[in-house]
Formats: sequence, structure tokens, C-alpha cells
Amino acid sequence: MSVTFLLTIFSIIVGFIIGISLSLGRVYGNKIISIICIGYIEIFRGTPLLVQLFIIYFGLPAVGIALSPLHSALLGLSLNSGAYQAEYLRGSIQAIPSGQMSAARTLGMTKMQSIKNVILPQSLRISIPAWSNELIYLFKYTSIVSIIQVSELTKEGELIASRNFRYIEIFLIIALIYLIFTFIITEIIDRVTKKMSIPGIGLQIKTRPKLS
Amino acid sequence: MFVTLAFDILLESFPQLMKGLSVTIGLTLISVFIASILAIFMAIGRSYSRQPIPFFILIYEKVFRGIPLLVLFILIYFGLAQAGIIIDVFIAAVIGLALHSTAYQIQIFRSAINSIPEGQFIAARSLGMSNFNVMRYIIIPQMLRLSIPGWSNEFTIVLKDTSITIAIGVIDLMRQGRYIIVREPNSALVILLFIAFIYFILVFSINQGLSYLEKRYKISGLEVNTAR
Amino acid sequence: MSMLKVENIYKSYGSCEVLKGISFSMEQHETKVIIGTSGTGKSTLLKCINQLDPPDKGKVWLEGKEITNPKTDINKIRQKIGFVFQDFNLFNHLTALKNVSIGLEKVKKLEKEKAQERAIKELQRVGLEKQAQQYPAQLSGGQKQRVGIARALAMDPSIILFDEPTSALDPELIGDVLDVMKSLAGEVAMLVVTHEMGFARNVADEIIFMEGGIILESGPPKQMFKNPKMERTKQFLGKISTLYGKE
Repeated sequence: MSVTFLLTIFSIIVGFIIGISLSLGRVYGNKIISIICIGYIEIFRGTPLLVQLFIIYFGLPAVGIALSPLHSALLGLSLNSGAYQAEYLRGSIQAIPSGQMSAARTLGMTKMQSIKNVILPQSLRISIPAWSNELIYLFKYTSIVSIIQVSELTKEGELIASRNFRYIEIFLIIALIYLIFTFIITEIIDRVTKKMSIPGIGLQIKTRPKLS
Repeated sequence: MFVTLAFDILLESFPQLMKGLSVTIGLTLISVFIASILAIFMAIGRSYSRQPIPFFILIYEKVFRGIPLLVLFILIYFGLAQAGIIIDVFIAAVIGLALHSTAYQIQIFRSAINSIPEGQFIAARSLGMSNFNVMRYIIIPQMLRLSIPGWSNEFTIVLKDTSITIAIGVIDLMRQGRYIIVREPNSALVILLFIAFIYFILVFSINQGLSYLEKRYKISGLEVNTAR
Repeated sequence: MSMLKVENIYKSYGSCEVLKGISFSMEQHETKVIIGTSGTGKSTLLKCINQLDPPDKGKVWLEGKEITNPKTDINKIRQKIGFVFQDFNLFNHLTALKNVSIGLEKVKKLEKEKAQERAIKELQRVGLEKQAQQYPAQLSGGQKQRVGIARALAMDPSIILFDEPTSALDPELIGDVLDVMKSLAGEVAMLVVTHEMGFARNVADEIIFMEGGIILESGPPKQMFKNPKMERTKQFLGKISTLYGKE
């Protein structure tokens, strides 16, 4: 159980760092950096997580890098999450009116300063819903690492259940555990978001004129 | 020398991998098809029916979006086995993928429905159309157009999720790859990279194809409300 | 040498040449107003001056330094050129106070308290010290624009560029912003692009009429309104005055 949490938290944080770097590189970097970032994002989003895990766990030893199942899982989940987070962040960065950057530059801020003080604070707030989705996704997808023998929640369940063939009971409980935690995480994030909200920032819900 | 060896193995295993690929594609298509039909009904039910139907659909959504796919597969295949019902792994996989994907597709179709201006339904009814006809001629066509981006995204997600079926023994692309790697450990990197490449091509083509569809059937002015 | 010197600015967007050789200069504390039909590149000119959108050809000097030279530190120069936008562009995640003080803190590297003090002063100057803790979303258009002006003023610029500052405002809010701008005349140089003829007539030291990408005519308001040299100027001013009202 704790392994599941470890995997989730580690990967979301590392994924976040990767994600910010990628999305900033993609939006604000020069052509070469931008292409590299896009390449990374497309590859990690265009292939299944399991394939990525297998490549890290089974494939890397061929070039001399042999990681334990746990390390492979941490690496794989982080790299994967980074790509998805990059996409959400890119969306929220592009949702910010270009005037914000212009205004920051006219004050004399450098590009870096503008990104740090004006663009990021706003885009991070906007991306919170997508980010919390990613957190929940990650939490559920940690179950996949059981396939490369990492003993997290699902794997433990498998071991117990296979011993006395009580799959229904064990896995209903496991399913319930995932459900409860998903619910708790969602609640916490909702509360935190409400506390941190600033009037005027958030996804704009366009209202359309009602047809009479 | 080392790498050439591996490429030989790749060529040898090609037919085997292709067999696995056909299973993967089959899984994807069937599951998505079933899920889409279910989801369309449930999305319409959630938006237009009276309580308690929307409530139950909401429960369905929450449950099947909160449980990991792998847990679902295990529950279905081994759970049924425990209850004495033994089904083919392929069928268990399809059930799992379909139930899971339905929950997500309901969201997609619902947000498409929400983007359809409210008055459409009322206008159609006042022309004398029955509920069924309204759905058939007015709501569903618009909903389908609006869902294309979200739906194609879900399609690729299901494709990638088929890899998880390896855990209950489905002999798809991943498992074929696994067999080959077990036999010839040296080939692991090359085979896996090749498999990754295949998935990538598939995902890419699907995105391109559906993006083309979207452009072809686009009606200017009819776009999705960006409301989450 | 003049405080601001603009020489032979050319700018194209794709195949469309928007600025075809603009030259003029400004002294300290002067107020100049640029008028003309939409699309004649007035806003583009302002953006060329502070290099937000560098010109294709031509040079700009500020206080003797050539700012079009790629070697100049443009961030330093921008501290001396204030910019007030048509759609305000206030930082949505910051309070009004923070909006004004952030430039002081991050660019001029002032201490937090000193920056805050100065920010309050500027907000007082534009009449908004009571709104200091409000966020942009809670302010009216006119209030937003005045915060924008305060933000520009806080940096102690030699000149402030105004890009149609009142065009996005409801008619009844325009007055407040124009009053603030009037109070600045003579204290800091202002280059204003606007349709507000009353302001142009009463506050400007010189009016520049642009059309077709060039400066068609320029001169003191009295002369421009009473005896314009070009027929087109007369035509334009006549129409605009009726539309926007002679103040």
C-alpha cells in the first residue's frame, strides 16, 4: 500500500518537473529545443505505459543499465507522467492572453522573469483541474507496475488471492480501496483549490446566448 | 554484431508479432465499439432522463473511473473463475476494456451534449417530433460531430490499454513480444522498441485519420464549449 | 539631442507594408497625440518604439542611446518607456497593489516595503488607493486602466506610450482615465494614440495625423483643427469631431 503511495507521489512530482521543463521548452524555446520537447511528448504519449516500463526493465540491461523493478517503475511512471503533464501545462500556458507577456516585458522584465512572475503563476492555477486528474490517473496506473513484479497494492492482492483463490473478496476490497482513495484525493484537491482561488482566474466557462 | 543478431531475431519473429498485433487491434475495435454504443445511451440517459436514471449512471461512472483497469481485469477473469464460470481471456479483456472505456466516453459525449444549444431540443419537439426522433435526427448527429476530438483521444487510450491484458494472459502484441524476449533475452531492446514503434504508428495514424474526419465534417460555428 | 527620436521606421506584416518611413522626435515633458484611421499602423508604431515588435528598417533613439541596436540592453531601456495597453493587460493573479509594485521589486530590485510604499503613492495619484487589495477581475474597466497607468508611472519612465487607452472602455468610464492622463501632461512625456479628439485638442502639444503608413501632417492642435494644410486632414478631423464630440 505504501509502495503505491510512494510511486504516485514520486512520479507526480518528478513528472511535474519534467512537464514544466518540456512545456516551457516547447512554447518558449528555440526551434531545436522545441522539436526535442515535442518529440519526447509525442513518443511518451503515443506508446503504452507498459511498453515503456518493459523497455526500461527488460530492454535497458542490453545496454548495461539494469534497474530493479521498483526503480524501473519510478523511472517509467515519472517519464510518462511528465509527457502528459507537459501537454496540460502547454494548454494552460497558451490559454493566457499574450498581452500578459507583453505587459511584463514593457516593465523591463526579461523573458525568464516574465515567465516566472506572470505566466507560470497563472497557468499553474489554470491547470489544477487537469493536474488533479493526472494525479488520480497516476494513482490508478501504479497497478500496472505489478506486471514487472513491483509489490504494490495490486501485486500484494494477487499474491494473497492466488494462495487461496479468493479473488472476488480480495479484489473487491482492493477495488474499494482505490475508489475510496480516489474520492479522498479529489475532495482534498477541491478544498485546496477553493482556498487558493483568485477571483478571475480559472477556466473560463463561455456562456452562450440562450435561444429564445 | 550484437545489434545485427537482434535484428535477425526481429525479422524471424515478425509473423508472430503481427499475430499479436491483430489481436490487439481486434480487442481495441470491439471494445471501443461496444463502449461507444453503451456510452451514447448512457450519456443521453444522464442528460435527458428523469431521476433515478442519471443517478445510477453517475454511480457507474464514478465506480468504473475509480478502479484501475488491471484490477478490473483480474476481478472479471479470476473472479468469474472463482464463481465457477470460466470464460476466454479475450472475452474477459473485452468486457473489462468496454466497461472501463464506457465510463470515460460518457463524459465525452455528455460534454458534447452540453455544447448543443438548449433550444434545439425544444424546437424539435415543437415541430412535433417524438423524443426518439429528436435524439435520432437532431441531438445525436450534433453530439457525434462535437465528440470527435475527445473520442479519438479515448480510442488511442484503449489501444494503449490493451497492453495491460497481458496480465490475464491475452496473447496480444505485448505478450507475443514477451514470449520472444523470454526465448531470446538479447533481443529485448530491439523487439520492445519495435513494438513501441508499432503502437506509435497506430496512435499517430488514428489521430491523423480522426483529425481529417473532424475537418471534413466540421460545421463552422458548431464547436465545443470549453467547460470542464 | 531630443529625448526620443524616431527615424525612418518601416514595418511590414507579410506582404502588407504598414509603416512606410515614419520619422519624428519628442522632447521631455511633451505630449503628442497620434490620430488616424484604424489600420494605419498607429499601434504598430508604438510597439516598434519599445521594440515589442521591432521595426524592419529604421532607428529609434531614447535619450541619446540607439535602442534599435541589437546590442543595447532592451530590458533596461524598457524601464524608461512606460506602456499602457488598450486591453489593460493587468496581471490577473496579483492585486492592484502588487501589479504596481512588481516592476519595482523584480526589475528595479527595490526592497518589498519601499516598493509597496511607492506603489501606494502611485495608486493614490490615480485615485485608487482604496482598491489596492482588489484583483483585476473585481475592478471596472476604467479602474483597470488607471492601475495600468499607475503601473507604468511607478517605473519613473521618461516617456509613456498610450495605445488607445480608452477604446475598450464604456463611455462613462472614459472620463476618469482621461482626467488622469490630463494630470500627467507636462510631468512626463506622453505619446498617445487615441480617437479622443477633446483630449487631443486640449492637452496635446502636437497632433500627428497618420494615414497610409506615413505621417500626413503634424502640428499644434490649434493649427491642425483650424487650418489643416492637407485636405485629407480636414476631412478626417471634420468627421471625427462630429462623431466623438468637440469637448
